[in-house]
Formats: sequence, structure tokens, C-alpha cells
Amino acid sequence: MSGHSAYVPKSGFGKWMDARLPLARLVYDSFVAYPVPRNLNNWYTFGAILSLMLVVQLLTGIVLAMNYVPNTTMAFDSVEHIMRNVNYGWLLRYMHFNGASFFFIAVYIHIFRGFYYGSYKNPREVLWILGVIIFILMMATAFMGYVLPWGQMSFWGATVITNFFTAIPIVGDSIQQLLLGGAVVANPTLNRFFSLHYLLPFMIVGVVILHVWALHVTGQTNPTGVEVKSEQDTVPFTPYATMKDLLAMTVFLLVFAYFIFYMPNFLGAPENYVRADSLKTPSEIVPEWYFLPFYAILRAITFDIGIPFTDIVLINSKLGGVMAMFGSLLIFFVVPWLDTSKVRSATYRPLFKQFFWIFVLVCIGLGYLGAKPAEGIYTTLAQILTFWYFFHFIVILPVLGLIEKPKPIPASITEAVLAKNGVAKS
Amino acid sequence: MSATDTTEPTRRDILYIATGAVGAVGVASFAWPFIDQMNPDASTRALAKVEVDISSVETGRSLVVKWQGKPIFIRNRTEKEIEEANAVSLEDLKDKIARNENLKDSSAAATDANRVVSGKENWLIQVGICTHLGCIPLGEQGDFDGWFCPCHGSHYDTAGRIRKGPAPENLLVPPYEFLSDTLVKIG
Ligand code: HEM
Ligand code: FES
Repeated sequence: MSGHSAYVPKSGFGKWMDARLPLARLVYDSFVAYPVPRNLNNWYTFGAILSLMLVVQLLTGIVLAMNYVPNTTMAFDSVEHIMRNVNYGWLLRYMHFNGASFFFIAVYIHIFRGFYYGSYKNPREVLWILGVIIFILMMATAFMGYVLPWGQMSFWGATVITNFFTAIPIVGDSIQQLLLGGAVVANPTLNRFFSLHYLLPFMIVGVVILHVWALHVTGQTNPTGVEVKSEQDTVPFTPYATMKDLLAMTVFLLVFAYFIFYMPNFLGAPENYVRADSLKTPSEIVPEWYFLPFYAILRAITFDIGIPFTDIVLINSKLGGVMAMFGSLLIFFVVPWLDTSKVRSATYRPLFKQFFWIFVLVCIGLGYLGAKPAEGIYTTLAQILTFWYFFHFIVILPVLGLIEKPKPIPASITEAVLAKNGVAKS
Repeated sequence: MSATDTTEPTRRDILYIATGAVGAVGVASFAWPFIDQMNPDASTRALAKVEVDISSVETGRSLVVKWQGKPIFIRNRTEKEIEEANAVSLEDLKDKIARNENLKDSSAAATDANRVVSGKENWLIQVGICTHLGCIPLGEQGDFDGWFCPCHGSHYDTAGRIRKGPAPENLLVPPYEFLSDTLVKIG
């Protein structure tokens, strides 16, 4: 999609600048004249919403950091100080706290959009991989941010998650010590988590730039999955995409605002308003909602994996759970190669479409189970859903591409649009 | 890439490799302080030993003290608890190793005797950290009357041995020593 530039500097200064640092040209070519498919629907606005949320988190985070103290004796009090004494502190903190949740809502919709429309397929593999990297960095950032208020969930969440590393044979304990700065979660841990929580969002900004760059090399997909073939298939980014994105952002921000003002603690655990106590584990440790599906997968592996009919254990349940959890995330990286179908969009893949929705339900189910106690029927259900989660990627995606008979694919985006909306207006 | 087209390595090739090797060592030694600063610092490492007065812990009661930031469970076990622990056959244990840092043999069997000091079988002293993912188990609970970890449902028996749930190992017995009948030194 890159190619000749249509930018013509108007003012004298514009011409002078353009010959020295063509920044205005870059912006014009990327966000004004840039051609986008004419049939993009609302699911395609979440990229813009994600960029907005990243800015919201950066701005609110930087001002929170002006009032927050990363020390175990003062962290909890400093967050209460932000809530009660700092001018508008309550608003800034609730924006940051709910902002993390809304960031994840947007990223999950964005990812499932990608699954549905086959956005990861040739030639967009690198674009997809950069997206997965952003997702992982986001999870690390949110995890460390959640430790900062130093409540009970902060402390015990950090304890449980960093203990994952002790599952690694031989070097596990040393790695955990290196991460925590001690044998247990304590002040050194809080200090470094604050430093990294400040750093990672800026690394995310860097990867987002690469992500958008890759996007502008290959161009966007669209609901038909057919590549852009002529200028007729596209509209200029401004005003079409700009306005659509702005409208979607506004609606999204309205819901966000409703949460901030009317139910600011709905998405959080009340337990985190209790100061961290290193001698008392809360009766139920539940991570933030956006981690629940992965948490359910972690807890689903309650059995050792070994050589049948012997006592030899190859992977104990602890290591197994950790591997399954990381595996459920890392498998995203190879999705472009697991999906063997040449057809991109689920619109023309009747079987895939059904399995897509089953997969969505499986993920929601895992999320539900992640918040339930790990016992009895809940564990069994989590095991079934975990099995299906991996089955979807490892078996269904490759096999469907071979056996499915896709519906007839339109010759072009324009043809599909006209077929749907009736009369051709030339 | 060789500097000339001869098949033999030249003086120049050797110089390239030597320079590269010195550079790699330099980078690694420059990086090390940045990594090692994350390891436990001197003040954290200094908290290596504590002495605990256990005279107030009656039979059937427990005490939790902090050692190196970790909770240490000190339990004065009842006769019944000791009997229960002894009645278990090794076959039924998920982790058959004692996990007692005071024993010379690190693969000693997880009998009740191997997890306590002989003559003081009533005192069970262990690190109160679930060997699954680090929560603190609750005492006198669970299916085996020992400890129960609420985080992901691990059950330990009255000798602190893992019996059910995702935890892989028995609760760790830390290095300790009875200085007198009422004083223990942990660490
Ligand atoms: C990717 C973007 C970010 C995400 C997903 C994120 C997420 C979070 C979360 C979940 C919390 C816990 C909120 C709570 O329970 O109170 C938090 C706290 C915090 N974050 Fe961020 N954050 C991001 C960016 C930033 C940035 C750029 C800064 C700048 C320094 C920052 C500074 C802070 C501070 C000071 C706190 C502690 C105050 C508090 O708990 O409200 N964050 N963050
Ligand atoms: S931490 Fe105890 S069962 Fe998971």
C-alpha cells in the first residue's frame, strides 16, 4: 500500500521543513490520504481505541507516579492519599485502574476480530506477531501495576505469579530470587516492579509503532478477506476512517466514564483495599478478570505427566500447569501457520465460523471457571475446556483448512459491497 | 568471512575472532552488575538466623514466626496427630522424600521420624509456604487434619506432607537446632 506520496506542502515553512524532515508528509500519507478498504465495519475501530487507551494509561500513570511512593511501608497509604487528599486524585486513579480493564476489553475484541477475519494470514504474519508481543507486554505491565497499591491481592497475586518460575527445573529458584530480590515478595520487589511498570508502557509504544508500520506496508484486511484490487475498493483514511474511529472512541469512552463515575470498583477485588499481610493468605486468590482464562488453564493441570505404568514423572502438575498457561499464550505466535485455509474471512468459511464461536464460548467459560474455587466439578470443567482450547489450535485449525468447502468468494471488495447494498452508484 | 581467498585461516582471521571474543567478554562483564543488582542485597541476606522461645506453645497449639521474610510454622503436635502421621504408609505419599534440610541424606524417606528431631517428635517445624505457588496454608484443616492451602486446594497431613492437590512437594523443614527445651534457633 505504500507507494507514491500525494503530499503537497502548502506554506513556505512546510516546503522548507519537507526538504529537511518530512514529518508532515509521513503523517499525511499515513493518516490522511492513506487508503483503507471501503467496507470496514465497527470491529475495525478497536485499533484506534487501543491507541487511545494507551495514551490514557500513560497520562494518568505519569501523574499518579507524582504522588505514589514505591515502598512497602508507604505504598498502601500513598494510594489512599491519592484517593482522599490529592486534587482529583480519585478521578485519576479510577481512570488508571478502570483504564487497564478497558484496555483489555479492547485488546480482546481486537484479537478475536483478527481470529474471525483471518487477519494473521499471509502476508500479515509479522503484523500479527507484533500484536501478540504487545499483548504480552500489556499483561506484564498490568500485573506489575496491580502490585503497586500493596493490598492483599497485590501481595498474594505477586507471590503466586512469581512462584511460577520455581516450577522450572534446577534454575527455577534462582530465577525467582533474581526477580523478587529476595526469597519472598518484599520491598525490593515493589521497588523494581514500579520501575518496570513505568518502563514497559514506553516499550509498548515502541512496538505499537512497528505494528502500525507493518500494517501500513500490507494494508488492512476487511470483512470479505479479499485484498484491495483497485482504488475503487478504498476510501481515504480522512475523513472516512477518522470519523468512524472518533465515533467508536466516543461510545467506548462513554461506557468507560460510566464505570469510572458510577461503579469504579466493580471490576476490582475488595480484598485489595486491605493492606498486604505477608503472614495471611486471603481465603480466595482471584486475579483481575482479564487474567482469569489463563488462570483457569494453570489450575486445570492437577495431574502429573509421566511414563505410563511406572512411577517416573516427567512433568509434575506444577510445571505442567505453568507450561499450559504460557503455552496457551505462546500458541498465538504460530496461528498463521496452524491455520491452513487460504480463505481469510469467516464469512466464507461456514465450518470455521461455528468453531470460532465455540472457541469464544470456551474462553468465556474458562474465564468464569478461573474465578471459581479450584475443586470438584469446576476443576473437571476447566480440564475439558483447557483441552478444547488447545484442540482448537492444534487440530481444528489445520484440519478445517483441508476439509472445509468455502462459500464462493466475491471477485472484489466493491463487488461484495454492491451485492449487499443493491444498486450500483457509479 | 575470511579476509583473503586462501583456504587456510589467516593471521587476520585470528585477529577478527580474538577481537570478537574480547568484545563478548567485555559486554558480558559490563552487563553482569546490571543483572546482579537484582539479586538479594546484603541487608536481605543478613536476616539469616532467628531464635524463638517456644515455652508458651502448649500441646495442640502453633506459633508462626518470620525467618528471612518467610513464615515458619512451629507446631506442638498432639499424640493423635503423631499417630496419624505414623500410620501412613510411604506408598500413599505423593512426595516420598523427607525435604528436611537437617538431614545429611537429601533423599531420605518421608517418614514422620525423618521430619522431626528424635526425642522431640511433638515439635514439627516447617516453612509455612505451600510448595505449589507460595501461599500460606491454613492449620488444622483439610482432608488430612494437617494444613490446607486455599489458593489451589493442596492438602497436607499432620507431618506436613503433601497428600492431595497440585503442590508437588512436602512442606520444607528448615535448618534448625534446639538450644534448650524451650529455645530453638532457626537458620
Ligand atoms: C500499558 C499501560 C498501563 C497499564 C495496563 C497499567 C495498569 C495498572 C494497574 C492495573 C494498576 C493497579 C491499579 C490499582 O489497583 O489501583 C496500576 C497502578 C499504577 N500505575 Fe499503571 N498501567 C499502565 C501504565 C502506567 C504508566 C505509563 C505509569 C507511569 C509511571 C503508571 C503508573 C502507575 C502507578 C503510580 C500506579 C499505582 C497507583 C494505583 O494503584 O493507582 N502506569 N497500573
Ligand atoms: S499455592 Fe497452595 S495450592 Fe497453590
